[in-house]
Amino acid sequence: MLIKVTRPTDIKSSEITPKSVFLNRRKFLKTAAVAGAGLAVGQLLPDQAWAGRKLDGIVKGRFATDEEQTSFMSVTSYNNFYEFGTDKNDPVKNSGAFKAKPWTVEIAGECEKPGTYAFEDVIKPHRLEERIYRLRCVEAWSMVVPWVGVPLGDVIKRFAPTSAAKYVAFETIVRPEEMPGQKRPILPWPYVEGLRMDEAMNPLTLLAVGLYGEELLNQNGAPIRLVLPWKYGFKSIKSIVKITFTEKEPPCTWNQQASHEYGFYANVNPQVDHPRWSQAKERRIGEFFKRETLMFNGYADEVASLYSGLDLQRYY
Amino acid sequence: MPREKMIRKVAKPAIFALCLGPVAWYAWLAVSGGLGANPIEATTRYFGDWGLRFLLIALAVTPLREIFGFGILARFRRMIGLFAFFYVFLHLTSYVALDQFFDMAAVWSDIVKRNFITVGMIAFAMLVPLAVTSTKGWMKRLGGKSWQRLHRVVYAAGVLAVVHFYMMVKADVREPLVYAAILGALLAWRVFMRLKPRVPVKRLRGL
Repeated sequence: MLIKVTRPTDIKSSEITPKSVFLNRRKFLKTAAVAGAGLAVGQLLPDQAWAGRKLDGIVKGRFATDEEQTSFMSVTSYNNFYEFGTDKNDPVKNSGAFKAKPWTVEIAGECEKPGTYAFEDVIKPHRLEERIYRLRCVEAWSMVVPWVGVPLGDVIKRFAPTSAAKYVAFETIVRPEEMPGQKRPILPWPYVEGLRMDEAMNPLTLLAVGLYGEELLNQNGAPIRLVLPWKYGFKSIKSIVKITFTEKEPPCTWNQQASHEYGFYANVNPQVDHPRWSQAKERRIGEFFKRETLMFNGYADEVASLYSGLDLQRYY
Repeated sequence: MPREKMIRKVAKPAIFALCLGPVAWYAWLAVSGGLGANPIEATTRYFGDWGLRFLLIALAVTPLREIFGFGILARFRRMIGLFAFFYVFLHLTSYVALDQFFDMAAVWSDIVKRNFITVGMIAFAMLVPLAVTSTKGWMKRLGGKSWQRLHRVVYAAGVLAVVHFYMMVKADVREPLVYAAILGALLAWRVFMRLKPRVPVKRLRGL
């Protein structure tokens, strides 16, 4: 049972400035800046800084949790995206110069239709769905995010992977001049991730292009990222530029960095502790009390069968 | 105003107020939304940072006094040391009261299982007797020599505090390394002074 603890200090939803008003005010400021100080100042305030463009034609997808959604503010200001810095608010502060358009995704490896595809060509043939998923970070905090995207499985089918394709590898873009975190070897760049083919094809697996009905902001992995709600957040790789079908298990950045702490699977599992955090509980952002973490982050019905017979203590 | 009166009535209260600066800044962050989306984590980190900083400031008193001849600094050393303990205590309180909400079973399993918390708790345990025996009464009771010997534990606590921070960080260890470098310099100075031949005993007292 979910119990929402309401505190007297909670802001009533009626008190929150409607987004349209908020944005209009920004627009006014921007216009004023342009008028007052010339175009240059206006260009310093790109639309990207506060809101993505609205996405059209979104249909309600399956798998929508009715839990309270984490505020847009928190979802877009509390991020782990080391390409922009290691503090939680570094991505929102340092991602202003990142250009998510135009964008291409290279498809490579064991498939019949490799090549470099424009972002639009990857996404357009599919219908955008809203998926309201729980997100569980390996650091024991969690959110509920209304993502917008397309099922990865549908996209993968179009590239016709061959029977040799047992895994799918993903790669984040490297652009140190736009991603200040990449100027130092905090992690070996590019950030890489991988899934087993059946995990990639699972209906839960989402290739996200937006959240809260709008295009992804840079700090959230614009323009295209994975969302794997039953795995710890770091598996949901951001700003993807390359997808490779492979026969062997592909390397994963955090697994390479500290294999005793981060496994290839990284399934949310309250019984297997991270050496530095208990995974039994989590703090939902915006709440005071911790809550119990659910096996596979509550998605056992959809994904538990993928791992039957696998020793989850060993393959964490 | 005579010098002694200046120290007691002006300098000490001023430094006391200055040492409370991080509390005031925290209060401002808390009311202005500056703690971000995860205020509990931010609180724990914030006081941990200041605990470590004050520990290093306390350890810098003697070297600064000796190198630059700021004898007066010795008058504030106890206060700074106690502020270090104060911030470390707030750090621990934030973890136990806010983060774990007094779930002592969870706290205990953290202490036993998570190395960085084990190290942090040992460092805290070392600081407790130092804070308790910081009074004039305890100094007399223990006698100068034993008191001084006991209070050298602060070096070990400082090392463990830096190690605790280093172990907590996931990838970018630059910040803990900065603290490590400062601590290293402060301890190296003491070793150097010890090994230096024919240092008058009087000066060694300050170590």
